[in-house]
Amino acid sequence: MRAMAQSKANKEPLVHVVRKEDTTTLKKWMLRVIAVAAALLVTGAFVFAVTGINPFNIYGAMVTGTFGTPRRIRNTIKTLTPLLCLGVGLAPAFKMKFWNIGAQGQMLVGALAASFVALTFRNLPGGVLIPLMGLGAILAGALWAVLPAIFKAFWNTNETLFTLMMNYIATFWVMYSVDVWKGESSGFASFKQIAKNAVMPVIAKENFYICTGIVLIVAALMYIYMKRTKHGYELAVVGESEKTARYAGINVKKVTIRTMVLSGAICGLCGFLTVSGIDFTLSHTMNNGFGFTAIVVAWLAKFNPFTMIGTSFMMVFFQNAASEISSMNANATEYLSNVISGIILFFLIGVEFFINYRLVFRKNGKEGK
Amino acid sequence: MPENKEAVRLRGISKTFGHVAANTNVNLSIRHGEILSLLGENGSGKTTLMNMLAGIYYPDEGEILIDDVPVQIKSPKDAFDNGIGMVHQHFKLIDVFTAAENIVLGENADRMKIDRKAVAAKIREICDKYGFDIDPDKKVYDMNVSQKQTLEIVKILYRGANILILDEPTAVLTPQESEKLFRVIRNMRDAGKAIVIITHKLQEVLSVSDRVAILRKGECVASIDTVNANEKILTEMMMGRKVDLNIERPEPVNPTKRLEIKNLTVRDREGNLALKDISFVANSGEILGIAGISGCGQKELLESVAGLAAVESGSIEYLPSDAVTPTELVGKNPKQIRELGVVLSFVPEDRLGMGLVGSMGMSENMMLKSYENGKTIFTEQKAPRELAGSIKDELEVQTPDIQTPVSRLSGGNVQKVLVGREIAAAPQVLMTAYAVRGLDINTSFTIYRLINEQKKKGVAVIFVGEDLDVLLALSDRILVLCEGRITGILDARTCTKEQVGLLMTGGTGVESNGAEQSK
Repeated sequence: MRAMAQSKANKEPLVHVVRKEDTTTLKKWMLRVIAVAAALLVTGAFVFAVTGINPFNIYGAMVTGTFGTPRRIRNTIKTLTPLLCLGVGLAPAFKMKFWNIGAQGQMLVGALAASFVALTFRNLPGGVLIPLMGLGAILAGALWAVLPAIFKAFWNTNETLFTLMMNYIATFWVMYSVDVWKGESSGFASFKQIAKNAVMPVIAKENFYICTGIVLIVAALMYIYMKRTKHGYELAVVGESEKTARYAGINVKKVTIRTMVLSGAICGLCGFLTVSGIDFTLSHTMNNGFGFTAIVVAWLAKFNPFTMIGTSFMMVFFQNAASEISSMNANATEYLSNVISGIILFFLIGVEFFINYRLVFRKNGKEGK
Repeated sequence: MPENKEAVRLRGISKTFGHVAANTNVNLSIRHGEILSLLGENGSGKTTLMNMLAGIYYPDEGEILIDDVPVQIKSPKDAFDNGIGMVHQHFKLIDVFTAAENIVLGENADRMKIDRKAVAAKIREICDKYGFDIDPDKKVYDMNVSQKQTLEIVKILYRGANILILDEPTAVLTPQESEKLFRVIRNMRDAGKAIVIITHKLQEVLSVSDRVAILRKGECVASIDTVNANEKILTEMMMGRKVDLNIERPEPVNPTKRLEIKNLTVRDREGNLALKDISFVANSGEILGIAGISGCGQKELLESVAGLAAVESGSIEYLPSDAVTPTELVGKNPKQIRELGVVLSFVPEDRLGMGLVGSMGMSENMMLKSYENGKTIFTEQKAPRELAGSIKDELEVQTPDIQTPVSRLSGGNVQKVLVGREIAAAPQVLMTAYAVRGLDINTSFTIYRLINEQKKKGVAVIFVGEDLDVLLALSDRILVLCEGRITGILDARTCTKEQVGLLMTGGTGVESNGAEQSK
């Protein structure tokens, strides 16, 4: 029996995985650059194989998709704004290891509340109406997030399922409301657009710049909140270990609920910004499912609100690139662009493995990256 | 002594994790019919080395020979095929299965096809041969630690292991249970098995093993026959220099009642009674040792004083040195206790899971209990940084930086950070649970010194320990718990290890001598 085992076992394993402890920041970023390069290579090869488009045209298209014209740059910022806002909203919840998958729903009820306020008080002047819409959206988002938080805190329910289910309620509620409000004539004009006095003021020819400014301020405040305040410290401890939190005398229930109120409020704010400054209307498809994309944004940034500016830009960049490619050739449809986004994301998330681990190959082989 | 046949030879084995060399060029032989102790401080690479034999890790360099034949051990299955079985510190049993089911688990994937009679017969044969005592039909969740360990050993014997590796087997056992274990180990040796015991307890090495191999900083520095060894020689080999192994025990100065626990009954998280109507007093300037097998309620005892457990009935009264009226602590959480001005320091058993935040640096960990200091909404930055710096210097904490996550530090350094913080709070009561578990001799003695310093300052110290030798040497009084009841409060200066051991298992043969508390 032993002889048999030996004949089978007499080779060293081809490769084994070893944890890396001390990768330098520079090395980390070099690995990420390599990953992007590899992703581009595979993307180019894949698109060429399917459509016959020259890979270099593809790379060109990726850049022009975002930077091609001033208008495109503006559009990139416009798309990035709500995505960053949702990412920042998720940051404190995720830091607390409360897996809030409900940013989409919290955003939608925020948008719903903002629209409701805009519709109900359409005669108020903009200076009063717009802040009122914002307030409504924040309250609605907070309410949508606080329900799963309360259930988690008191009955230890699963927050992932709970927040996910709340998304469906929000989506269908928005669909229902759009249907109902469509019938009313005034102000909403068949619910194609909200009334003028509910629209964000224009700066430099665009409405959304105010939204972008608000989101950047929120991101900065969130950074300070998480890094420097007592609340931020508490939520970090709760996220690390509830036992440690109790040992320190932190009221875990209170922190859970308070943090989720904040998280939901910012996601609700995103709904308001979208209605008032970007879309000027309400739709259940607003912001393209960014509530879920924001999860990736937050994770890639390791929940750091400033890094999220970079990660959300990256997500938008690749989205632009994909849609630009899809317009190049009859074979290149929007489904193809989804495949491309998938390939790129795969590489970007996959590289984290090589940042944390090292592959050791059989003797005389080289060390992996 | 006749040379026994060599079972295993390790030749030039090296293993590194990142930049840490766990083993460097280790040469070691393990012989049939011999008990080998693998002795070394924590972090000296004992477990890593044996894990390579057991197929958990794969060596970076070197070769392993079994019965003079080179082999490759890539998985635990390869290890079993080569007759190697290891009992890990944390048992790998399935709670809801019976002993017999656990034993045959992995042998045959199909649970329905097991020939229960044949299995039971074979288990009985093994038990009779070596003197094990095991009930094949007992569920694992009904077993105590000692029985689970026995089951682990029988499991690997059942699978035909000739080479047995036991990782810190006595860490969880009472002295009586350890003796029982040693008896079967000797029986196995006499039957020709090769046995390796990983340990850092010197007395054990001397009493049970035939030969000792000493590891220091990943290298095998010596291997001597036990007959030629004594505690002093072994310690010096382990440490690489001379050390003083005496624990200081100053006389308590003017002890006064600091903490009075009356008729305390506590339930654990599952709702079972963890403490049943216990009463005792902890005095200032005194170390009250607490002995008991794991799960006897010592954890709940400390947690209920710290405000972390649900107290069902009874009272915990705190008497400050300058006041007459006691403060009731039951029903208050740690924050409320702090706000009463009671400085209670607590070094919990689960250091990174309860006492510290692993992902945070020393500096941020310093504010765990004081982050609310200051009037603004912002946390203070300077004070914790300074405290972290001074603890790092005074206790010689090995860390690249006070911002390095404490989870990256070694066990001893983690404990220094935790104990350092708790002592820096200038406590009136200091509670420690397994304060030196897993620490090397040097760090352990640092911790004993720190605890004694607190005692001299008039702090009431409650010290939960597992090493009875240490408990007897350090404490003034020893309180013994068994299944949530106090089975005795002994004078540590006069009682014996056997007395404590007997009380730990609920034995009533010995009446508690001398220091029994009046209720």
